[in-house]
Amino acid sequence: MLQLQLPDERRPPITPQLALRVAILGGIALTMFAIIFFRLWFLEVLSGDKYRAQANNNRIRDVAVPAPRGDIVDRNGTVLVDNRVSIAVQIDPRKLPPAGPRRRVLYQRLGAVIGETPHQIDTEVRRQHALVPYAPATIKSDASRDLYSYLFERQNEFPGVTVTRVYLRQYPHGNVGAHMFGTIGSISPGELKMLKFKGVHQGTIVGQDGIEYSYDRYLRGVDGASRVQIDSLGRATGELALRQPLQGKNLKLSIDFGLQREGEQAISGLGNGRGAFVAMDPRNGEVLALGSTPSFDPNVFAKPLTQARYKALTSPSNGSPLLDRAIRGEYPTGSTFKLITSVAGLQSGAFTPDTFIDDPGSIQIGGITFQNSGGTPHGALALREALQVSSDVFFYTLGARINNSGTQALQKWAHRLGIGRPTGIDLPGEFSGLLPTPAWRDRLFRKHLTDRPWSVGDNVNLAVGQGDLEATPIQMATAYSAVANGGRVLRPHIGLEVDDAAGRVLQTIQPGASRNIHLDPSNRQAILDGLHLAASAPGGTSADVWAGFPHQIDGKTGTAERPNQADQSWYVCYAPDPQRPLVIAVTIEEGGFGAEAAAPAARLMMSQWFGVQKKFVAGTSTTR
Amino acid sequence: MNTSPIHKREEDATAVAPRPPVLRLDWLLLLATLGLIVCSLITVGDATRDDVPGSPHYYLDRQLLFAGIGLILMFAVSRMDYSRLRELKYGLYAVTIASILLVLALGAASRGSRRSFDLAFLNFQPSELGKLLLVLALSAFVVDRIRRLRDRDTTARTMLLALIPSALVIVQPDLGSGMVYVIIAFAVLFVAGTSWKHFAVLGATFAVAITLALAVAPAAGVQVLKPYQVQRLTGFLNPSSDPQSQTYQLNQSRIAIGAGEKTGRGVSGATQTKLNFLPEHHTDFVFAVVGETYGFLGAAIVLALYALLIWRSLRILTLAKNLYGALIAGGIVAMLMFQVFVNVGMTVGIMPITGVPLPLMSYGGSSVIVTLLALGILQSVYGEARMASAFKGRALNP
Repeated sequence: MLQLQLPDERRPPITPQLALRVAILGGIALTMFAIIFFRLWFLEVLSGDKYRAQANNNRIRDVAVPAPRGDIVDRNGTVLVDNRVSIAVQIDPRKLPPAGPRRRVLYQRLGAVIGETPHQIDTEVRRQHALVPYAPATIKSDASRDLYSYLFERQNEFPGVTVTRVYLRQYPHGNVGAHMFGTIGSISPGELKMLKFKGVHQGTIVGQDGIEYSYDRYLRGVDGASRVQIDSLGRATGELALRQPLQGKNLKLSIDFGLQREGEQAISGLGNGRGAFVAMDPRNGEVLALGSTPSFDPNVFAKPLTQARYKALTSPSNGSPLLDRAIRGEYPTGSTFKLITSVAGLQSGAFTPDTFIDDPGSIQIGGITFQNSGGTPHGALALREALQVSSDVFFYTLGARINNSGTQALQKWAHRLGIGRPTGIDLPGEFSGLLPTPAWRDRLFRKHLTDRPWSVGDNVNLAVGQGDLEATPIQMATAYSAVANGGRVLRPHIGLEVDDAAGRVLQTIQPGASRNIHLDPSNRQAILDGLHLAASAPGGTSADVWAGFPHQIDGKTGTAERPNQADQSWYVCYAPDPQRPLVIAVTIEEGGFGAEAAAPAARLMMSQWFGVQKKFVAGTSTTR
Repeated sequence: MNTSPIHKREEDATAVAPRPPVLRLDWLLLLATLGLIVCSLITVGDATRDDVPGSPHYYLDRQLLFAGIGLILMFAVSRMDYSRLRELKYGLYAVTIASILLVLALGAASRGSRRSFDLAFLNFQPSELGKLLLVLALSAFVVDRIRRLRDRDTTARTMLLALIPSALVIVQPDLGSGMVYVIIAFAVLFVAGTSWKHFAVLGATFAVAITLALAVAPAAGVQVLKPYQVQRLTGFLNPSSDPQSQTYQLNQSRIAIGAGEKTGRGVSGATQTKLNFLPEHHTDFVFAVVGETYGFLGAAIVLALYALLIWRSLRILTLAKNLYGALIAGGIVAMLMFQVFVNVGMTVGIMPITGVPLPLMSYGGSSVIVTLLALGILQSVYGEARMASAFKGRALNP
């Protein structure tokens, strides 16, 4: 009864059935609490560190901060290539929605914003993805500030699309030097494995051609990294750490900007608009100017190139503007080769500077008649006069003599002077040309790739720079420099030194060693005399071109006959100025006689070099 | 309230027995309630500090207001005799259906899905209030038919009464509330003593229905559930399959809880919450915020409070002075249990996403106020039971 008086202790009667069911409810609750409790224990206590790492992984992004590449300046410090900051719209294919309606909608919306069709975007992404599989594809460079803000604030609406600040190469002088500089781009999987690019990370921009490629390790900076905290929409909410990017070092070239510009101007518009020039210091192989026409604006490579534009840049029908004819143009050289024939003949003892050969205007060798240009007879002449008037018969005879001596001295000396092999200039992709030898032609003949074996006529043609010979302007400039400097076959180079941002020299670039050939001084003098006469004495092939020019010039014209097109104009000359010696090689496709196009262009360049009044003086010589 | 018979009885009791007045509230239940409210305020306040630019207390202020209103209503209801609600069963049921229909109609008018009315500061969700009203109405219907409990008819009608509003809210679409309604009906029948055979049949029927809705109907071209609902329901089985989409929320929630480790990352270190990786961090996923910010310790405290709440509710069920009270208590305890387990289960990655709020913890006026009202009714059941036993005790005492 006492219990009844204590309400707290009393239970109202409940049926056993209800008790059972309440117990079941309680049991369910207990089980569920136990499950959740252990699940929590598992998540928070047992695997807590794993989830904390995932949480941090969620919020922390390391964003590469691209380093600007170093500037490229000419020998006087004139900036040839520098950088500008640009905003790029990029697509990371890995983060795109799967191909299908969602991606199509994304492309449509993005296309409407950046002004491209969805098809264009798709094509571009595919193209760049094929090229460099893991790097984001840039679909628009140079985006406006507004576009940047628009896309940046709506990153969740444009999955896979990012806007980033990038450094674009800038070429303040437009076309000038375009062929030398080359291009840059994301490192390719193949390049990643190359020793040259050791230590370079995926996605880094590296030089792909030209100077940018050759001196990439100096020009390339060290990318920085920014560790940012992002929210769920990928918006940066704060920077946690920053490693500053290091700009690449500046590269000083041996190029003289004024000469470079003058050279490009001088050859443009001559012949069929295709040609090349090289200007080189014969003392040390420093290239002072090197150019090719038609040229192009390298700024176009700063942005993704359209298919049509790339085609226009490479199409042979408009002269393959991307082709650097100075190092990749392989041509017969015409009479400019006579310098090499002279060296070969003199050094091999086939003749002396005073050996007279009669030039009746034509000659029969091996049953074939070889003629001077126009059949003009020059009478009996020795080396100097032969070079002065560019007597073909003289050199035909020489070529035949050397051939008959069986020493292959012409090929040997041409090879020593660098014909038929790369000069080793510090530009990628130099062509070797072709130095025809008996062994070469006989091998072709055995393989039925040509109709006849080597004959004396081949050597006769080679002696005047015709026949199968192919040489590049840089090879000719190197060969002439070797004669000019007394026998050092230099390795031409464009890179001069590596500077810091303030212009202080960090490192002088050592060109490869030169090759010494033995050149008898009297032989050399006789050749240079002949070249000087050609450029100055009455009857000299380029004498009228240089009329009134205040500095000494030793130069040789060349008129190369090429199948199915007009003659190619060549000129290689040497200014033996003690302070500012210079060798210039110029070639103009379909430019006619050497004195007509190439020599006047060389005069313009020499005028620039010596600071004298520039005048285009076309010569009248019709010799080859 | 002073005119209510409850008071009179109490006065009678105290008048008869000059002993300390009978405790009219279950203090432990009240403790659990207030504890959870405090936890909710702390968590919601922490989680939403950066959500509304310029007003860091936007959600906290509102949650505080909802809790205040809810507590006042709770105390008011607890002093009322719940038994009187039995007579209002038709009205209660009609209000439930009508308010849900009204929301549907408004949603149709605004060409979007709607779950709520805008009532001044409160987004009033009829489906939330419906949970409590359904408990009250269904319990009354079952009490009326208690003599025919063995009839299949009774079970079928009761289920039908629950399925109508359930179907209506699933259409809204509010799958979670629809499931709560069904659970309530189950619980009321279960506590009333419906035979196991009926439950077996019901269970089988639901299994078939779910199979039809999830598998057969879509194959036949009829979409019973919206595709995202199906994905949510099935996504938790394979959480890493589609990390950016439906299961994203589940993954982020799990990461948030796991990252809390034993004692939590603190308010400023809880990056999952702060940087919005955790979706709905003040509503459906509020438990994940507790887990991340206060770790296992914090989550365990909250779970302990729920355990206390459910234990006291079950105890009140056993104490109820009449069947109606017991059924109400059963419905409410089932409603609370279901929501707690489904919601917490979802945040820890063992239950699908169904959009069920965590009672008392999740931000939201409708949910908080309705839950507090329900707890008020439980207190009323408790109070009435104490009254009755005290009275009986007096009466039996010679």
